[in-house]
Amino acid sequence: MADLSVTFAKTIKSPNPFWLASAPPTNSGFQVMRAFDAGWGGAVWKTIGEPIVNTTSRYSSIDYNGVRMMGLNNIELITDRPIEDNLREIYEVKKRFPHHAVIASLMVDSKRETWHDIVKRTEDAGADGLELNFGCPHGMSERGMGSAVGQVPEYCEMITAWVKEVARTPVLIKLTPNVTNIALIGRAARKGGADGLSAINTFNSITSIDLDDLAPRPKVSGKSAHGGYCGPAVKPIALNMVHTLNADPEIRIPVSGIGGIATWQDAAEFILLGCSSVQVCTAVMHYGFRIVEDMIDGLSNWMDEKGFKTLDDFRGASIARLEDWGNLDLNYKIIASIDPEKCIGCDLCHIACWDAAHQCIHIEGEGREAPTRVEKESAMNFLAPPAHHPLHVHEPVLHSRGITTRYVGLSGNGRQGQAPPPTTSLHSSTEDAPPALRSNRVPYVDEEECVGCNLCWLVCPVDSCITMKEVRTGLPFESFNDRTKRLAKVSTCEPPST
Amino acid sequence: MAIKNKYVQISPEEFDRNFADIHPPLTPNAAVIEASRCLFCFDAPCTIACPTHIDVPKFIKKIATRNLRGSARTILEANILGASCSKVCPVEVLCEGACVMNHHNEKPIQIALLQRHAMDWAHDHQFQPFVPGTANGKKVACIGGGPASLACAAELAQLGYAVTIFERKPLAGGLNTYGIAEYKLTPEDALREVESVRKLGVKFECKVEIGGQSSSGKLDSIPNPTLRSVSLQSLERDFDAIFVGIGLGDTTDLEVPGEHLEGVVDALTFIEDYKTKRTKCKVGRRVAVIGAGNTAIDAATAAVRLGVPEVRMVYRRSEAEMPAFAYEYELAKGDGVIFNWRTQPVKIHGKKAVEKLECVSMRLGKPDKTGRRRPEPVPRSKFFIECDMVIKSLGQTKHDDFLKAVPLLKRSRDGRVLVDEKTCQTSNPKFFAGGDCVNGGREVVDAVADGKKAAHGIETWIRRNG
Repeated sequence: MADLSVTFAKTIKSPNPFWLASAPPTNSGFQVMRAFDAGWGGAVWKTIGEPIVNTTSRYSSIDYNGVRMMGLNNIELITDRPIEDNLREIYEVKKRFPHHAVIASLMVDSKRETWHDIVKRTEDAGADGLELNFGCPHGMSERGMGSAVGQVPEYCEMITAWVKEVARTPVLIKLTPNVTNIALIGRAARKGGADGLSAINTFNSITSIDLDDLAPRPKVSGKSAHGGYCGPAVKPIALNMVHTLNADPEIRIPVSGIGGIATWQDAAEFILLGCSSVQVCTAVMHYGFRIVEDMIDGLSNWMDEKGFKTLDDFRGASIARLEDWGNLDLNYKIIASIDPEKCIGCDLCHIACWDAAHQCIHIEGEGREAPTRVEKESAMNFLAPPAHHPLHVHEPVLHSRGITTRYVGLSGNGRQGQAPPPTTSLHSSTEDAPPALRSNRVPYVDEEECVGCNLCWLVCPVDSCITMKEVRTGLPFESFNDRTKRLAKVSTCEPPST
Repeated sequence: MAIKNKYVQISPEEFDRNFADIHPPLTPNAAVIEASRCLFCFDAPCTIACPTHIDVPKFIKKIATRNLRGSARTILEANILGASCSKVCPVEVLCEGACVMNHHNEKPIQIALLQRHAMDWAHDHQFQPFVPGTANGKKVACIGGGPASLACAAELAQLGYAVTIFERKPLAGGLNTYGIAEYKLTPEDALREVESVRKLGVKFECKVEIGGQSSSGKLDSIPNPTLRSVSLQSLERDFDAIFVGIGLGDTTDLEVPGEHLEGVVDALTFIEDYKTKRTKCKVGRRVAVIGAGNTAIDAATAAVRLGVPEVRMVYRRSEAEMPAFAYEYELAKGDGVIFNWRTQPVKIHGKKAVEKLECVSMRLGKPDKTGRRRPEPVPRSKFFIECDMVIKSLGQTKHDDFLKAVPLLKRSRDGRVLVDEKTCQTSNPKFFAGGDCVNGGREVVDAVADGKKAAHGIETWIRRNG
């Protein structure tokens, strides 16, 4: 089994990279101890500060196609329990779990003495590190804390420096994603002396509005406030921000990755983009602490398969695989290929390509064969194409099978529907045989026109039915930047016109 | 009553339990999840497979967005009997059978249950999406009050026609009301849809038999004192067009000695009996159903549910040739029905009531015209099946007497009414026809499709002829 242990910012050690993020699951010693028993490697304590009063309700979420909590939003604030209670429980947890990471998240008024005081008290309680909450985008920010600090590089740097004046343990800065360039904040934290970063905190959000009573959610007596958005929905944005931080040569401090992590695959991706540990909240709020079992097991199995012995063996391995667009190869070409054996005939690729891409996936004999370029252009110029042609624009017609054509670009020569029941007719116009539905419905790719955009492959519900195949162009690597340079050279070499 | 002591009797509670809905409805959230599985195929095969061409992906996606009003409207616009079709359609061979998920090693989308979900919403919210059209002064008579006529009448009423439905039975709805297994569709379900048609201004004349003198032929109907008679001639005089949706006639006879004995009933009468009399329906202790079609299965499974300890189906061919749908056969097997394959009844024995069925074993010879192997008797294979009730289910006859009376009406060799496929117009231009009397006995949804088609055929024909 691979070694999953982590040493973060030199002194924070944990048996695995899976930490609980500072959030409701780390609100008490009882919860953190249960989490450690379940296998979590570390926990960032729910933000400690002067206790607040919360509202009811506090959470709302976005479901997607029947799956709950694709995205979660909260308007809960920092801890509502006394500082002493939290610190005593940190002490007890560390005593029982000396080899697990306990990091205290802190948020106090932006005063040097106040910060000095809380840092000392927390470290005295035995915390392995401190995470300064400069990320919370709701409630606390209106009081000049949280993201109000994290959105201004100068504040971020100043308060980090205050903390570093007294801190003996590593200091992590938790960053808000509600900024235009997160690297600027990361650099400020670094300048202030931060030992690491936690990214990202939640996004400002309004999840939804109740269409019965018109109240936004979560409802507090008929009203709401914007909250912080997290969960699987934010993962791609989090990955991009984490990459920005880890690829920045001016930052170069460890990052604990956060944002929609729910599985070992998610964790592996954050580590591949350079993270030293990962933090999880929404998935635990959805399913409980037990999910860490598969996170550990899956990551370990994957590392064994790949031959990675420690996390350092692959940490950051994908950072350099992200380039500026201008450095991508313009001469690389792939095209879509449909496996007729696997096709189930849903024709989603066809309609996606026709309506939303480059009109190069067609159906034989459907009145939806490939239009010629001239026909495409004539349709664009609002000239009437031949009446029989699929691009002939007309009013929806009632097909003989009784349904209105839904595709305006279709002329009435679409396939006839199933013949009516085999009645003995006076005047029969169609054959009784039912259509060979499946074979009729397999679309084909116009390989000349295919631009290799991936859309058909993305919409196809069948595994490996559509594959994107590389086409050898025979041309050498050339990026946009290369091409721009080459063309500039060509134009300067041209003899001056006389 | 010779078999009196042999009757089985169940309590009303047992009846309710035994005949409870075979496909319980989806909960709202389950419906959203199931609807979300739908791939939203382009030019979807399910829509093509539906005889009424309900836009299935469209109504399903509306369920996914909890737009149940729009979903119900989508269904009802294509099929006014969308509620009963959601319960009685053999979806395994129609929409769900065409679902691309079948090629994907996944269960097809549960289209029937989703359709029912939207239809239940429509009922609960008394959703009536259609209104009668502006009266155009034209009158249409629909003969027969079953699905074909209901669909035809609903469509015509929206176009402004004054429609009258003539029905022989006390209630309209046809087989939906009287002839479908109770665990699939209750009479209340069927009558709900009749009401929705009535709300469009369609008049219902029940307990009416069309008889008397027609313009060119004499129609002799069996005199029945409980029925009012209206002559075909008067209909021809009083209405601008006539839709014939009379379905099929009596069950075909066995043509064996003893068929007159007490305890011999035909399947549709038996089904109507238990649906209307419920626990008061009299059934024996050993029941033999002759035939192996879907109606035979409905009768056999009903007998089991009415408490009959021994129910068997007797069929002269084998399992492979049985006309019933596979899932119906599974249902009967699950109910513990006994199957006597390759068995031909030759005589029913009994003093006054049925006591036993004399049968011979059959073997399958060369294929006949229908492509099925012809059963031949095995010599000296006579045997007896003890039973006190015989239910005949050998298909239905055509309403020959009535159809002969319609002037100039062309029929197929096997007695079906011939119609133009697109308009459902018969060889007598004033008469249109659809449903079982045209297709020989198919599904409710086929009848609805015919009724709709005929309505538009009538509209086109009447407009053309002023």
